[in-house]
Amino acid sequence: MATVDIRDVRKNFGSTAILHGVNVDIADGEFVVLVGPSGCGKSTLLRMIAGLENISGGEVSIGGRVVNDVPPKDRDIAMVFQNYALYPHMTVRDNMAFSMKLAKAPAEVMENEVKRAARILGLEALLDRYPRQLSGGQRQRVAMGRAIVRHPQVFLFDEPLSNLDAKLRVQMRAEIKDLHQRLKTTTIYVTHDQIEAMTMADKIVVMHGGHVEQIGAPLELYDRPANVFVAGFIGSPAMNLLPGVVQGGAFQPDGGGPAWPLPPDARASEGQRATYGFRPEHLSLLGEGIPVAVTLIEPTGSETQVSGRAGGASVTGAFRERITARVGETIHVMPDPALAHLFHGETGQRLNAA
Amino acid sequence: MSASSPSAPRGQDLPPATNWRRPQINQGWLARLLDSKTFLIIACLTPALGLLMVFLTYPLGLGIWLAFTDTHIGRGGVFVGFENFESLWYDWVFWGAVFYTVFYTTVATVLKFGLGLWLALLLNENVPFKSLLRAIILLPWIVPTVLSAIAFWWMFDAQFSIISYILVDVLGWRDTYIDFLGTPWHARWSLVFANVWRGIPFVAISLLAGLQTISPSLYEAALLDGASSWQRFTRITAPLLMPILAVVLTFSVLFTFTDFQLVYAITRGGPINSTHLMATLAFQRGIPGGQLGEGAAIAVSMIPFLILATLFSYFALARRKWQQGEAND
Ligand SMILES: Nc1ncnc2c1ncn2[C@@H]1O[C@H](COP(=O)(O)OP(=O)(O)O)[C@@H](O)[C@H]1O
Ligand SMILES: [Mg+2]
Repeated sequence: MATVDIRDVRKNFGSTAILHGVNVDIADGEFVVLVGPSGCGKSTLLRMIAGLENISGGEVSIGGRVVNDVPPKDRDIAMVFQNYALYPHMTVRDNMAFSMKLAKAPAEVMENEVKRAARILGLEALLDRYPRQLSGGQRQRVAMGRAIVRHPQVFLFDEPLSNLDAKLRVQMRAEIKDLHQRLKTTTIYVTHDQIEAMTMADKIVVMHGGHVEQIGAPLELYDRPANVFVAGFIGSPAMNLLPGVVQGGAFQPDGGGPAWPLPPDARASEGQRATYGFRPEHLSLLGEGIPVAVTLIEPTGSETQVSGRAGGASVTGAFRERITARVGETIHVMPDPALAHLFHGETGQRLNAA
Repeated sequence: MSASSPSAPRGQDLPPATNWRRPQINQGWLARLLDSKTFLIIACLTPALGLLMVFLTYPLGLGIWLAFTDTHIGRGGVFVGFENFESLWYDWVFWGAVFYTVFYTTVATVLKFGLGLWLALLLNENVPFKSLLRAIILLPWIVPTVLSAIAFWWMFDAQFSIISYILVDVLGWRDTYIDFLGTPWHARWSLVFANVWRGIPFVAISLLAGLQTISPSLYEAALLDGASSWQRFTRITAPLLMPILAVVLTFSVLFTFTDFQLVYAITRGGPINSTHLMATLAFQRGIPGGQLGEGAAIAVSMIPFLILATLFSYFALARRKWQQGEAND
């Protein structure tokens, strides 16, 4: 187990800069999720930690030791690849024992370690199978087993669940989390799925275009997104983000229509351009509220999502109560101002005090 | 789900729908015939079977029949049973050809695979000018065999050989020109060399294709597992390359064993029959020598060797256990 420090790390592929100075501190035993849209450089950062890509600038240290020039095998990390990268010509047992075999571990040790990992992962019955004879979830587990037997200081996962179907993904999510609880090994987990990030992480690092947008605990990011990007990326259904101006103590969206109440802690001057944000679940039905012409109703059972137009703005609400309105009719809604967000019109930075 | 929703209810300004339906088409007899499976099977198989009969089975059958007759060119023969084979049994030229064919095949195959694998591994790395290198490596293969044979013939010439010129006149390592094709062992090795030069591209390019099917993430996983580059080769590359290696090996052995052009163009089997392959000897006896029956018998005696090579490939190619089931990535 170890801390991982990422100091102003940069990456260029030829003349293209992919990472522009990334800083992340990871505590011992922490489960950190790197999340961001596809192509933002998450895998690249992970592979730099693993030693599979060289580091163009900055420093990566594991357990206090700078590893920039340490070869991958000596970094004491284990990685689970998106395609699992199981050796197709080796049985499950040999896949898991491969690293020990290379290190010339005694046979009893190998047998023990493989048995232990197999027990943890429920793979005991599959030890003599080849990867091709396994289902997706089983392959995923073997890949984790291969990592476990090495007792690394850091586990690295690169989108390990993206090849699984939705149901299995939920199950494996819980299993990985459970594994972390038991082994308490520092874990860095890459995903583009914000739900995975929210449900698994102790700490989330939101990345976008080679920059870190925000680092924080899942609910911190949900409650106080630092900028428009994080606000729109975290949460499903996504936050309503209306462009407009601050006018007469309220928010006036572009395209006309009724004004919206500013959050009490908003620090904005009169006439300033801003983006007004509120989550669909923080919208409630209110008789004298803002009228919304309904364009779409999506009941999911536990809640109903309603999309519509309030003047020039399109908004979405998620309501626990049953909605009787139909498409074309008008409902009246009001966001909770205390839970609304205001972002700077140009920089996109958060304008709320807290 | 997202915050942006359609700007206006759709479907208001669409043109009215027509009530056009796809009409039922009445098929003619031809269309129905072409839809019949039995007809299609017969229609598609007949030409293929016909071609096979005419161009494969008939010549092969005729060759085998000739081997049991005493046919000469210009004179039909009669069935003589195993007489041709009996005379071959006591024919040291024939046994010399058998020896040289086996020698030629074995040595050339080993060299082709050693060097071909090495080249393939090299080309699979990130070397500069990769595509240019690949094109250059393919060159020996696309030059017509007879052309390259003539080029080698010049290179191996007793007086004009560029190899001798370089060794004697440029580097000064030797005093005399080498008589490449004049003495049996020199000639044998020279031909093996020419065959290797010609055969490497096929091996290298096929193995390169095999190497490129191996997922790079396997090497990365092995790297993290602590494998050195030699271990990555022996534990990952070699076993995963084995299936395609077996195919390429079989083809290479078959092609080398039945080689004719190179040897016939460079030495015609000489000096003193030392470089006859079974194929060149069969031709020599059958066509210029006129003894079709005996030539055919030599050709037929290649068959057991070829069957052996095919059997090898059959067993080597049998899908390994780990190859069964769905792909990993
Ligand atoms: N070997 C490479 N050469 C050039 N560009 C690369 C290479 N690997 C990744 N990139 C680029 O770097 C960016 C980030 O890639 P990646 O880290 O894989 O993103 P993701 O966040 O989806 O995992 C992408 O724009 C990708 O095209
Ligand atoms: Mg990625």
